[in-house]
Amino acid sequence: MKFQVKVWRQKNRQDAGRFETYTVEDVIPEMSFLEMLDLLNEQLLKRDESPIEFDSDCREGICGTCGLVVDGMAHGPKRACTTCELRMRNFSEDKTIVVEPFRAHGFPVIKDLVVDREAFDRIIAAGGYTSVNTGSAPEANALLIPKDIAEKAMDSAACIGCGACVAACPNASASLFVSAKITQFSLLPQGAAERKRRAVRMVEQMDREGFGNCSNHAECEAACPKSISIENIAVMRREYMKGALAGA
Amino acid sequence: MSVIRIWQSTVGKKVVMAVSGIFLMLFLITHLAGNLTMFAPDDGALFNQYAHKLESMGVLLYVAEAGLLAIFLFHVVAAFQVYLGKKRARAGGYDRDASKGGPSKLTVASRSMIITGIVLLIFIPVHIWMFKFNAGQEFTYTEVGGEEVKNLYAVVVESFQNPWIAFGYTAVMLLLGLHLRHGFWSSLQSLGAMSPRWTPAIYAVGLIFALLLAGGFLLLPLYFFFFGEIPDAGMGGGL
Repeated sequence: MKFQVKVWRQKNRQDAGRFETYTVEDVIPEMSFLEMLDLLNEQLLKRDESPIEFDSDCREGICGTCGLVVDGMAHGPKRACTTCELRMRNFSEDKTIVVEPFRAHGFPVIKDLVVDREAFDRIIAAGGYTSVNTGSAPEANALLIPKDIAEKAMDSAACIGCGACVAACPNASASLFVSAKITQFSLLPQGAAERKRRAVRMVEQMDREGFGNCSNHAECEAACPKSISIENIAVMRREYMKGALAGA
Repeated sequence: MSVIRIWQSTVGKKVVMAVSGIFLMLFLITHLAGNLTMFAPDDGALFNQYAHKLESMGVLLYVAEAGLLAIFLFHVVAAFQVYLGKKRARAGGYDRDASKGGPSKLTVASRSMIITGIVLLIFIPVHIWMFKFNAGQEFTYTEVGGEEVKNLYAVVVESFQNPWIAFGYTAVMLLLGLHLRHGFWSSLQSLGAMSPRWTPAIYAVGLIFALLLAGGFLLLPLYFFFFGEIPDAGMGGGL
């Protein structure tokens, strides 16, 4: 297969950046989107051009490192899928594929398609943890968690922190990410103790990072490779208001 | 934590928008119910009487109007804050922009909230000037149940004989419908009053609500444009 790809190139944080169009040949349909970019980079290196920088790590959809906006959709057109798991068979050769970095004030571009997502780390550091005494593991049956609640917490914990929610949101809001973390902890007894101050601190840190306001478009849920529900955002709002009104 | 600090947060702004939005929706329901009295086959007697009852509430009416204005301003201020926050959060857009569909509720309605909102913001003062103050002219009076009351009905019917006003109102009401289509469900989601079991139902109810309200409101200008007759000032009685 042969594809035309229009890729965002940006030398560094200060560079204004521009699009470049390349032709990639010898693509096989089973290739992942990132393998197609690897192939393109090999072809660029052979021509002594600088390769396209992009993030990736596990390449099996579990680490949250990769993330591109492909044809105007975070992680590309396939739902519940990371960019690394996207296959070239999902694309038509007739249409130029547009590849852009996640765009948000909170995610500045470092180079080409690589963005700085440290804002998420700072949000986690603001409250996305439980302060518990360490020591020997407690007896397994000492802490009873009903199965349905454990499953709901797991649904929220499935968030891999890739930032696609921010990229897909028309407002560049980080609400889905932050709410998934807040919900996960609030459902479990270990996290419930600090739920009020956690919600307030994480929301305030999210705001400080310059992410936009959630306008309930729910596009984040559609873009999320782990299909995290916007119900989490509803939970975050309840948790925040309870925390804020309690003076946490 | 102070109310100001809550408002400053992104969550707080949406709560302000949602609570004020819900009050404004409740107001719209009562406004529509009042409007529909125009369809009573009594040449506007019931409607004029209703308007007169409201006006004779005196101080209470001023309090209600001030409250409504405050709620409206809360809604507008928070809306612009959300919009400016969005502009700051992503300066440049994407070269190509598409929705992934599925659970997404990204629609023309959700995307145009700021535009439909600004149209309503311009429309409302014009609307109040036209009908509450009769565009600066003296009202005529009619007799209902032995009382002299303002003939607001005549003002409305006469205004809607003008095709610009009738179709202008109709267009604005369609935009109001679009605003409510996203606003109804969004207000509940912003208050955290959502669960996956209820979301589809509430989203559907939002559509029905928007259709009913927009439909109800635009019935008046269209009806009076096509079938309206300016009532004789002396014929207003008989209730």
